[in-house]
Amino acid sequence: MKKKIALLEERKASPLLVSLSAVVLGIAAGCVFILLIGKNPFSGFEKILFGALSNTRRIGNTIGMSTQLILIGLSVAFAFKTGLFNIGASGQMLIGGITGSILAFYIPMSVPRPLYLLIIIIASMLTGAFWGFISGFLKAKFNVHEVVSTIMLNWIAYWIVYDFIPRFIIDPTISVKSKPIETMHTLRAEWLSKLTGSFSINYGIFIAIIMCIVIWFILEKTTLGFSLKAVGSNKFCAEYAGIKVERSIMISMAIAGALSSLAGLTYYCGYSTIMEMGKMPGEGYDGIAVALLGNCSPCGVFFAALFFGILKMGKGSLAATGIPTEIADTIIATIIYFTATNVILAKFWNSRFHTSFEKKMSYLSAAMAKHGDSTPPGKLTEAAQKAYIKEGRMILKAKKEAE
Amino acid sequence: MSYVIEMLGIRKEFPGIVANDDISLRVEEGEIHAILGENGAGKSTLMSILFGLYKPDKGIIKVRGKEVSIKSPNDAYDLGIGMVHQHFQLVHNFTVAENIILGKEGSFVYDIRKASKKIKEISERYGLSIEPDMVIEDISVGMQQRVEILKMLYRDADILIFDEPTAVLTPQEIDELMQIMRNLAAEGKSIILITHKLDEIKQVASRCTIIRRGKLIGEVDVAEATPEEMAAAMVGRPVSFKVDKKPSPPGEPVLEVRNLSVMNSKRVLGLKDFSLTVRKGEIIGIAGVDGNGQSELVEAITGLRKAESGSIIFKGRDITGLSIAERNEMGLGHIPEDRQKRGLILSAPLTTNMVIKEYGKTPFSSHGILNESEIDSYSDAIVGKFDVRSGEGIESLAGKLSGGNQQKAIIGREITADPDLLIAVQPTRGLDVGAIEFIHSQLVAERDNGKAVLLVSFELDEIFNLSDKIAVISGGKLIDIVETSETDEHAVGLMMAGIRRSEV
Repeated sequence: MKKKIALLEERKASPLLVSLSAVVLGIAAGCVFILLIGKNPFSGFEKILFGALSNTRRIGNTIGMSTQLILIGLSVAFAFKTGLFNIGASGQMLIGGITGSILAFYIPMSVPRPLYLLIIIIASMLTGAFWGFISGFLKAKFNVHEVVSTIMLNWIAYWIVYDFIPRFIIDPTISVKSKPIETMHTLRAEWLSKLTGSFSINYGIFIAIIMCIVIWFILEKTTLGFSLKAVGSNKFCAEYAGIKVERSIMISMAIAGALSSLAGLTYYCGYSTIMEMGKMPGEGYDGIAVALLGNCSPCGVFFAALFFGILKMGKGSLAATGIPTEIADTIIATIIYFTATNVILAKFWNSRFHTSFEKKMSYLSAAMAKHGDSTPPGKLTEAAQKAYIKEGRMILKAKKEAE
Repeated sequence: MSYVIEMLGIRKEFPGIVANDDISLRVEEGEIHAILGENGAGKSTLMSILFGLYKPDKGIIKVRGKEVSIKSPNDAYDLGIGMVHQHFQLVHNFTVAENIILGKEGSFVYDIRKASKKIKEISERYGLSIEPDMVIEDISVGMQQRVEILKMLYRDADILIFDEPTAVLTPQEIDELMQIMRNLAAEGKSIILITHKLDEIKQVASRCTIIRRGKLIGEVDVAEATPEEMAAAMVGRPVSFKVDKKPSPPGEPVLEVRNLSVMNSKRVLGLKDFSLTVRKGEIIGIAGVDGNGQSELVEAITGLRKAESGSIIFKGRDITGLSIAERNEMGLGHIPEDRQKRGLILSAPLTTNMVIKEYGKTPFSSHGILNESEIDSYSDAIVGKFDVRSGEGIESLAGKLSGGNQQKAIIGREITADPDLLIAVQPTRGLDVGAIEFIHSQLVAERDNGKAVLLVSFELDEIFNLSDKIAVISGGKLIDIVETSETDEHAVGLMMAGIRRSEV
């Protein structure tokens, strides 16, 4: 529940303000870099926006790119909220991707499409949940830190994919890739492609939006979310209260794994239609940035992912201006730095708010002293407070000028 | 006599709370001046203002008669004001001398021997017995505190602020500290002692300023005031140090511990063959020195630790193999020893903390969906009934509450859940008189309601004040169970050292 900030209350920096400050600072840093290489920053950003949003096809591509970022960001954010650090999103993506890709070839085309889509979505969630569960199990039973186990599992997933592509779904003409999946067996939708002219956009975006709502609901409204968050915030207290700590850790990692796995499904069986051997998806690490910028809230993650999606999609067009595309990555990196140091940003805003609050109070007391009004300021109506503050400002200003 | 410190009409407001409201403090040269107040009364805020950590909203500060503006601790040091914080600010792998000159090294190449010599001189002059070459992590807490004192003296401070200095000390170390403070005052230093412990004030202070809920209550001459008067002024009503307790006949057994043995964290038996019965309507106190098997006993009963052998019977049912949740469900309440680690989620609001055990039950949730309005009204009721004070009501994060209010919240939660057995471990540790009195009366009220109470405390006063029977534990074994009315502190003290009554 958001409370309205009363006039006589000191404001505190909200996570949204902090995240937006990080974005602004990141973009400012990007401008400086572009200036340093002797180019015009405005044309640079114009190109990024052009590349990402200038027509429906580009918008479609950007949404396609953002889809997996939303799901991975959600996975990392969910784990964060429940006290775990999931850096195994890359491996979980591969698991989701290989599950979907193999099923795409082995499920007959005669299976009705809605049923088929349901099967691959559920199957990739299950395999991803299992992949995440392994880390949760190791942590719960043997106290193996999830950072270590998820990184290791990334490589296990990597080699499984390396083995499974030639074994089950190899493209005979290019022997390092899987055969492209038939469009009917991807998440792509004809009406979406027609609408936008983009093939990257797919049903995944709806899955991502639904998952944002589901995860928000689990975290905020359910007893499951309550217990998972309790374990994440203080497992000693959770244990004392009778919450099953080990089980909670396993559930959290399984849910995080399922979300990343869905990201893999939308990426390899929607955004793209092939899997390559020997390629670890870098998006797993982008998810950490998305989660941080989005303050780990599902809604924040959604918008942070769209923003990063725009940068990633738009950077290709930078080359036309002679600005290296790495500038976009630099901006992302700078934003991550500023988000990671959010304490400093929050402090800055809080001190600004404090000064303005103090000023307001001094105006108020000056005006009230003049009128001989001794009601406690909190008891005044808002209009009266405003009037006093306005009058007080004039009084103090006049005083200053007189001096 | 002239005042060395005058703080006049100080006001400081934090969001939702007035920490200091028109408070004045006058300290004479060479005196020990106590500031007495409950937790959260505004003592630390006032001293932080004097030390330059906060800026007052209103009021003036005079040092040696001259009005000053103290903007930072450095300004305070320049005015000769030093402060020993509750949490020491020492570098653990540095020597005493290195810690003391830290920030005052002088030139790039510093002369540690010259510094050591000066440290030795000061140490001898005030009886601090500090060796400059010792490394901090090798010396006791009491000695670390004396290093903090030396740090101030080395910087030529002559106004010394002590913030709750005895909270971390053993009784012997407290006596030593009191002597050091007297020595310092005798040498002309002025001392401000922040505390809520009356006996310390009685021992060393000459005058005492009393603060209650951010307001100045008054200044008393310590020699002329009784502890009862000071306590009443601090809390705002008469305080009894004795707990008012009527005799009550114990009923049927609620908890039976039979031949219980439990491993401790070092994988050896911390509790050996322990048997105990707690009945309805009685308080059993477990007396013993810390670390003699109390935690193992409590954790085995509550389910946090596995029993090695023996059984635990609760309300006629063997609960030895049950989960923590099942035991809680059966009516077992537990006020844990470490309120910040076990008792609360500090980063969560009070609402979460108040239903942490009950969230899965109706009316707080149904079919796995939380019912926020029920949770809010339940939390509101506990906060109101147990007088839990916080800045933003039930939305306050538990970590933002003072220690006393955190404890009141836990006790409120446990009592409101209406348990048949309430296990209270060190329920009043670190709390002030008002809070202690409140908590004691709540425990007695539970007993009078026919509940069974198992009290574990390392403070004999508390055990004697509350318990109907005292079980003495030593080396993981039950030494004896005695009626409180038939024993005294001396006898229990001997048993705590492991000596049985028959052997005396």
